[in-house]
Amino acid sequence: MYSIGIDVGSTTIKCVVLDENKQVIYKSYHRHLALIKEKIAELITQVKAIFPNEEQWRVSITGSASLGVAEKFQIPFVQEVIALQIAVEEYPEVIDVVIELGGEDAKILFLTNGVELRMNGTCAGGTGAFIDQMAVLLDVTPDEMDLLALKAQRIYPIASRCGVFAKTDVQPLLNQGALKEDVAASIFHAVVNQTIGGLAQGRELKGKIMFLGGPLTFLQGLQKSFKDVLELDESTGIFPENAQYYVAYGAALYAANEQALDINELEQRLLQEEELKQYASTLQPLFKNQQEYTDFQQRHAQADVVRGSLENYEKSVYLGIDAGSTTVKVVLIGQDDELLYTHYAMSNGKPVDIVRQCLQEIYQLNPKLKIAGAAATGYGEELVKNAFKLDYGLVETVAHLTAAQKFMPDVDFIVDIGGQDMKCFKIRHGAIDTIFLNEACSSGCGSFISTFAMALGYSVEEFAQKGLFAQAPVDLGSRCTVFMNSSVKQAQKEGASIEDISAGLSVSVVKNALYKVIRASSKESLGGKIIVQGGTFLNDAILRAFEQEVQGEVVRPVIAGLMGAYGAALYIKGLCLEKSTVLSVEELKDFHHEASERICQLCGNHCRLTVNTFQHERELIAGNRCERPVQQGKEGKLDIPYNAYLYKRKQILLRKSNKGKRGKIGLPLGLNMYENYHFWHPLFTELGYEVVHSPFGSRDLFLGGQSTIPSDTICYPAKLMHGHVINLMEKQNVDKIFYPCMSYNIDENISNNHYNCPVVAYYPEVLAANMQSLQKVKFFREHLGIHEPKAFVQRMSRMFKEERVSKREIKKAADIAYQEQAREMEKLKAYGREAIAFAREHKVPIIVLAGRPYHVDPEINHGIDQLITSYGAVVISEDCLPLAEDKLQVKVLNQWTYHARLYNAAQYICTQPDMYLIQLVSFGCGLDAVTTDEVRDILEQNNQIYTQIKIDEINNLGAVKIRLRSLFAAIEQRNSQK
Amino acid sequence: MAELKYDETGRLLFTEEMKEEYTILVPTMLPIHFSMLVSIFQHEGYKVKLLDTQNSNIVQLGLKYCHNDICYPAQLSIGQLMDAVESGEFDVHKVALLMTQTGGGCRASNYVSLLRKALKRADMEFIPVVSLNFSNLEKNPGFVITPSMIYKMANAIIYGDLLMCLHNQTVPYEIEAGSSQKLVDKFAAELNEDFYHNKSMGPKAIRRKMKEIVKAFAELPVTEKNKVRVGIVGEIYVKFSPLGNNNLEAFLLKENAEPVVPGLLDFILYTADTGIEDQKLYGGSMVRPIVSKILIDIFAKIQKDMIDTIKEVEGFHAPSTFKETKNAVKGVLDYGVKMGEGWLLTAEMLALIDEGVNNIVCTQPFGCLPNHICGRGMMRRLKELHPEANIVAIDYDAGATQVNQENRLKLMLSTARRNLQ
Repeated sequence: MYSIGIDVGSTTIKCVVLDENKQVIYKSYHRHLALIKEKIAELITQVKAIFPNEEQWRVSITGSASLGVAEKFQIPFVQEVIALQIAVEEYPEVIDVVIELGGEDAKILFLTNGVELRMNGTCAGGTGAFIDQMAVLLDVTPDEMDLLALKAQRIYPIASRCGVFAKTDVQPLLNQGALKEDVAASIFHAVVNQTIGGLAQGRELKGKIMFLGGPLTFLQGLQKSFKDVLELDESTGIFPENAQYYVAYGAALYAANEQALDINELEQRLLQEEELKQYASTLQPLFKNQQEYTDFQQRHAQADVVRGSLENYEKSVYLGIDAGSTTVKVVLIGQDDELLYTHYAMSNGKPVDIVRQCLQEIYQLNPKLKIAGAAATGYGEELVKNAFKLDYGLVETVAHLTAAQKFMPDVDFIVDIGGQDMKCFKIRHGAIDTIFLNEACSSGCGSFISTFAMALGYSVEEFAQKGLFAQAPVDLGSRCTVFMNSSVKQAQKEGASIEDISAGLSVSVVKNALYKVIRASSKESLGGKIIVQGGTFLNDAILRAFEQEVQGEVVRPVIAGLMGAYGAALYIKGLCLEKSTVLSVEELKDFHHEASERICQLCGNHCRLTVNTFQHERELIAGNRCERPVQQGKEGKLDIPYNAYLYKRKQILLRKSNKGKRGKIGLPLGLNMYENYHFWHPLFTELGYEVVHSPFGSRDLFLGGQSTIPSDTICYPAKLMHGHVINLMEKQNVDKIFYPCMSYNIDENISNNHYNCPVVAYYPEVLAANMQSLQKVKFFREHLGIHEPKAFVQRMSRMFKEERVSKREIKKAADIAYQEQAREMEKLKAYGREAIAFAREHKVPIIVLAGRPYHVDPEINHGIDQLITSYGAVVISEDCLPLAEDKLQVKVLNQWTYHARLYNAAQYICTQPDMYLIQLVSFGCGLDAVTTDEVRDILEQNNQIYTQIKIDEINNLGAVKIRLRSLFAAIEQRNSQK
Repeated sequence: MAELKYDETGRLLFTEEMKEEYTILVPTMLPIHFSMLVSIFQHEGYKVKLLDTQNSNIVQLGLKYCHNDICYPAQLSIGQLMDAVESGEFDVHKVALLMTQTGGGCRASNYVSLLRKALKRADMEFIPVVSLNFSNLEKNPGFVITPSMIYKMANAIIYGDLLMCLHNQTVPYEIEAGSSQKLVDKFAAELNEDFYHNKSMGPKAIRRKMKEIVKAFAELPVTEKNKVRVGIVGEIYVKFSPLGNNNLEAFLLKENAEPVVPGLLDFILYTADTGIEDQKLYGGSMVRPIVSKILIDIFAKIQKDMIDTIKEVEGFHAPSTFKETKNAVKGVLDYGVKMGEGWLLTAEMLALIDEGVNNIVCTQPFGCLPNHICGRGMMRRLKELHPEANIVAIDYDAGATQVNQENRLKLMLSTARRNLQ
């Protein structure tokens, strides 16, 4: 009797048939396009045709997408990791570790020295779907991407935790002109890092490692990355043939022990029985009928602009270019703001080429054209502006506002959902008031829908169209892409149709925008007049879902996808220039673009710069974190000498230590150590230790400790601690490391209690439990509190008894340490006063960059502090400001020292006309879910602008720059109104 | 109609007048325990309604009214309360909302403030929020917990733990479907009566009652007890609440496993215990530690009686005592780790392994801070100490899907069965 194993993954269905001797006699591999039941039936029909004489079969089914079918049709189910284990046990050699990457799951099996089977958690990318998404971004097929990767010269750091993160890294790289080859290889590299970090979670990958699953079978570039990073050779890195069939093979082996069943009967049941709709849809259909849809279309068709003919147009025209993250939009308007030319195209990573073609076309259509002004906006603003010598570049928020006001002069709220980002802003008195951008994690933009459509085998239009009349849209929640993938899987399991899923996804995108990005609780909070725009809103399903969700009608300009470019053109027209500097027909003929690389030497960050050269003369630098390399040589800008973040870093480096009688002691420079360093350093110096600290964070430092991080969703500052400790042990040969657990922080008398957050408080415990190498050194991690000096001396002397340090010595050292710490705090406050005075004298804005002491780390803040000063503002930190006299009155439980400082700073700022708060929030910080809302409330109640920047591993400051420039634009407008 | 009164910080108070007029709505965590706790309040003259809603609107409202990055338990319990006040079932001018508050360093201490923010967003700031805490946090003139209530509540929790423990050990094997639940309901009703009449309160009476309960369960007709035993630990809300953990116990039962759930009393004792450890580490007044010690001794003794009663009958596994659980984590994690579930979480896993329950589901809300430390953060150490341990960490979240959770649970169960062979 034959056995058949069927593996239904997230995107494909695989089948293996074994004969009585467990020999593979048939196998197949197809995409299932989410039609699970139908595809299984089809598969069985095929198998029947090939083996017409067999009626009784042993069958088993595996894979997460098959759970529902297995249950309903009572087909024996085997969990896929177990199937994998069974399959690998048949392999002729002993395998130590198996890594299997599937469409959306990643698995690791440790088979020797303690069997351990693991799957990726719910928030984890680095799988096949992730690679597919990235390929779409590069506009190649995964196979082409693979070929590209093999030709790579360099690797860029790309976050791989989830697709959204990586996109934020990849898109700007492409826009800056990085080579596709390098980006492709970097993406594979990121997958490897994700596997080591997210999956192995501290367990070492050694011995013979087998790689399985689709991506690892087909993609040589990925194979190479694994081999390189894990240092594998022919004998230790095993890439078996037919790796994509292993799970199905395991299922077939498993089936061999199951009851036989009649395959004809199973086929009949699969074909005849409808899957029950189990899910209860709580959503209403987008449109009840065609009539409703027609009315809707007609209503929105009214929001249009006048158009004119470009040919023979004689008056001056204005050019607006929006080089977005995935698309390029070009608009030409005339004297009456009429549209003379529009172009909308995918940028495919080459915005310059597209704009050049557009310009050529424009000049061709009207050779006598008089362009009076040209402006660029969007991610690629700098690039396009420099390439074609445009007159002006403006931040996209301002461009969108300008365009929106053309349609609705008294607009209250603009929601713009583009391919990659979401920009929502509240308008007050005709100026941008609050900006909401999708932060690193929340996806739900246009490219999300399109990758989804493609994964399911449809074009975006088809897919959207399908959703319009869905009877019971699936409620998919409002989470990020990775979650959405599994929500869709769940819905499929429960029998949702493609139509219902399509409609459900549209609703999700809208909910994501409203509840996650804008955090709106009602339509009223958005204001009455809403304009929606951006390419994503051209999708009627999404527009309808939006109107349903806010329970009202909104305006979608017919040119929703062109608003950025249109706004740029309107803006430049408003500047009333005589003649644009944009390249002429002749200049365009010998247009030349070249990209090269160099490392910036202006500060310790050593950014890798991509230098674009146009026409062999104009240079544009990209890849820079701050504006210094760009501004170098430019005159007339005030150099800002005050940056409290820089100051704090210097203060740490200023503390020197000599060789001590008691040897060396190492302090890992992260989390609360950033502040407490000014306590511990004098303390240990006094006790006769040579105090060394790990360096400021860096990508390399992080990678050094990455493999020992147990929780992939913890904040980046905590993750860095692993690297800090390794640095102390390996680079600085320290045999004593001091990093105590501290439930409590110092009490500054402005809060009800003075806790640290759980992560800051107890991270030493995590290091001790997950880093074996720590057993080789003396790791002082006992619980201490410096808030109670008396108890501190007691505990500390008990802790250092072995070191033969007397209580008297500790008492004396502690006295000095307390004084030093207080003095350091006072110095910081004095620095703050000086900075404020300087700013007021020179009339520049004061930015309070508020976060935690450890946000000072350049790897954690990614140079945002310097970016702000390069825009011409003074940077101080939340703890530079004077503390309130008494406990703060806030609406939340105020019991964490660091967080109380945020409320303190927010309340203080409300009394200062020239101070603006920017809150830095580490991704994954649980407490900031509380603080951000409260800080925002405090500021907004007092008519202050609240700006929040989420930071994580992501290196790229694209979104941050938009925020900062929008903030500065708003500040300018506010000042001019005064 | 009760007048709205505010304290000096502007907090809306729950007044004595309100006690007469208002219904206090309570979000559910543990069905068995909470029904008894609620009846204790009812006996004291409070109008209390325990919400047993499970609809999908709850999580929607949670997302709507809370920050999306706040913990899932906050979204659910606030969502459940908001769902109730928006349902039209209650006169919104005659309800108050109850929320627990530990006052620890975990963000869960903030649920009360987050609930108020949610009410503000919904324009229902006139609804008073009552904090149930034992940390001297917010006080309300109309909501005073007397020592006798505390004593009764602790007893209710111990009885609840007992019923839950016996229920879990009989339900997978009961011959007549529903017979185990019937016993639970019967005793819960009897106990509510007893609480009202102040019966079954002294140590002797408690022991007698417990014996009666255990005997009844032991006499329940069951099949051979041979299923894979699976421990459930984790963040307190998702560990216990079916709403929070997508009916985890029901799923395990369906998959032919026997759930083993460490009780609620341990969490209460742990919370009291942190006061003692705090004083050891950071000095300060001895009052709190002394009071804590007395309370722990009283209730640990009752818990031990409960466990001894289970041990006396054959065919039942007794849970670990608080002392045993606390000892289990010695040398693994310091008792100074006291935020959220703190050391207790790791201790419960170790105690389960000591009891022979190697298969463990560690439930946690996505991004739960204490769990980064005491759950996931300790898995490697646990594996080193106990290679036989088969632990799966499951994240619960508004966006996490059941299919992914169940697939991972199935992996754990398959491994458990393979280990059994």
